[in-house]
Amino acid sequence: MLKITDLNVSYGAIHAIKDVSLEVNDGELVTLIGANGAGKTTILHAITGLLAPKSGKIEYDGHDLIKTPNHKIVSLGMAHVPEGRHIFPNMTVAENLVMGAHMRKIDKQTLKDEMEEVYEHFPRLRERTKQLAGTLSGGEQQMLAMGRAIMSDPKILLLDEPSMGLSPLLVKEILSIIKIFHEKGITILLVEQNAKMALSIADRAYVLEVGRISMSGTAKELMDDDRVKKAYLGL
Amino acid sequence: MSLFVQQIFNGLKVGSVYALVALGYTMVYGIIRLINFAHGDFIMVGAYTLCYTIPLMVNAGMPAWMAVVLGIVVCVIVGVVVELLAYRPVRKKGTNMTALITAISMSLFLQNTAQSLFGSAPKPITTIFDLEPINIAGVSIAGETLVTILIGFAVMITLTVVVNKTKIGRSMRAVSQDRQAAILTGVNVNRTITLTFAIGAALAALAALMYCANYPAASPTMGGMLGLKAFVAAVLGGIGIIPGAMLGGILVGLVESLSKAYSAVLTGGIITSAFSDAVVFMILIFVLLIRPAGILGKNEREKV
Ligand SMILES: Nc1ncnc2c1ncn2[C@@H]1O[C@H](COP(=O)(O)OP(=O)(O)O)[C@@H](O)[C@H]1O
Ligand SMILES: [Mg+2]
Repeated sequence: MLKITDLNVSYGAIHAIKDVSLEVNDGELVTLIGANGAGKTTILHAITGLLAPKSGKIEYDGHDLIKTPNHKIVSLGMAHVPEGRHIFPNMTVAENLVMGAHMRKIDKQTLKDEMEEVYEHFPRLRERTKQLAGTLSGGEQQMLAMGRAIMSDPKILLLDEPSMGLSPLLVKEILSIIKIFHEKGITILLVEQNAKMALSIADRAYVLEVGRISMSGTAKELMDDDRVKKAYLGL
Repeated sequence: MSLFVQQIFNGLKVGSVYALVALGYTMVYGIIRLINFAHGDFIMVGAYTLCYTIPLMVNAGMPAWMAVVLGIVVCVIVGVVVELLAYRPVRKKGTNMTALITAISMSLFLQNTAQSLFGSAPKPITTIFDLEPINIAGVSIAGETLVTILIGFAVMITLTVVVNKTKIGRSMRAVSQDRQAAILTGVNVNRTITLTFAIGAALAALAALMYCANYPAASPTMGGMLGLKAFVAAVLGGIGIIPGAMLGGILVGLVESLSKAYSAVLTGGIITSAFSDAVVFMILIFVLLIRPAGILGKNEREKV
């Protein structure tokens, strides 16, 4: 469904992503783990066109994403929940969700029904529909960012460190929601520093180290790998 | 008392012109963080368009104010062309400073173009609204004044609805609040920026109609002081904040008008009406000392 081949990305003289290839198949939950600064966010930004790669191929569902104008990517069924949430701070919670469905041609009733569905997944958001999103807590903003992504009716969801800065309890909540989305048939690429959490729910995983894929395999294989255990699981 | 009422209406009249122009500054600033110094000159473009198209309208048997439609068309074209040919390429390559210098150059370019096309002497504009004065609370108010205030408030209400309730308005707010998130939700950022310039320029054309209905002349530099005061209004209300531009515009109009009428009396002739512009700028400095982000501004990084 999503196939990256020999991707290279640079920030000026900094060669941040080096010959990265990775693949996410239909219905999979794949995780990309790596330390801070490894280049995880950069890869997601290249996928959704927020920055232009130096070389490589990014194919999704028969489309060449590098040639697709970035604002059109969400209409292809790819939703990106960026690092740092990036909710619209001066819009209400409800307006943020409406923005999620911005490019879809749906009637008012469908919109309302789908917002209702989001509120069912995230009851905390329902209590705050009229509140400005900038005043939400970090956990609530993460939920809103995910809810907004779901409003675009995605086939694949790219999640950039959804657990960042959240309490263990909230991480668990977010985790169970990711599982629910996955069970509903949404393909997921989960980017995480929290390897333990990510590997616990993923089918397959890639390990990124200073811009290169150093290991890949099923989540189970990597969980049992000594190097992963030492470097990422703190065992 | 009657002088006071007169000055309030006067202030509201000038203030609604400032408000519409301030909206153009603030909307463009909100979306690309650029002070569009050429914005004041869009009013001048609108005024010359009115100057030459009103006679055509009248000859065709239509009301003179209908010329504003052509004024809007011309201003929107000029605004969009300035954005596409000057600002956008600079934004891609340059820094904020290069963008600012480009804006100042565009302002001078428009003024010089007007001067070479129409000469530097002001061109008179035919009567736009031929109205009788109206009696309000025993005070006679010029019909033009009331019409100007009415148009100003109608436009402000319409704009508020568009920005808050329509898809286009939501796109504009999205780009101004978080450009990355706007792209990820499918907003065409470039198109939204172009549209913002178009709306700002259309507001400048309406402001030109309102201004010329009261001060019927067009000159190459007329946008200078008008634009500067509207910019002050936008900063006063909180640059980037739409209701702030409206509030700031009305306040600047009222302060200017009241200070013209009363400053000499109140200060025993020390500050005469000739200082009314200085009074406006003094108040700006004073307000910004207390509220650096403007009256409605929050002192934080995000602005609508
Ligand atoms: N805008 C930028 N300009 C220059 N270097 C950057 C920029 N963004 C990220 N980098 C660098 O690229 C590398 C990868 O960053 P990033 O993709 O954010 O890593 P991760 O998401 O894995 O923490 C880091 O060395 C970082 O310093
Ligand atoms: Mg990151």
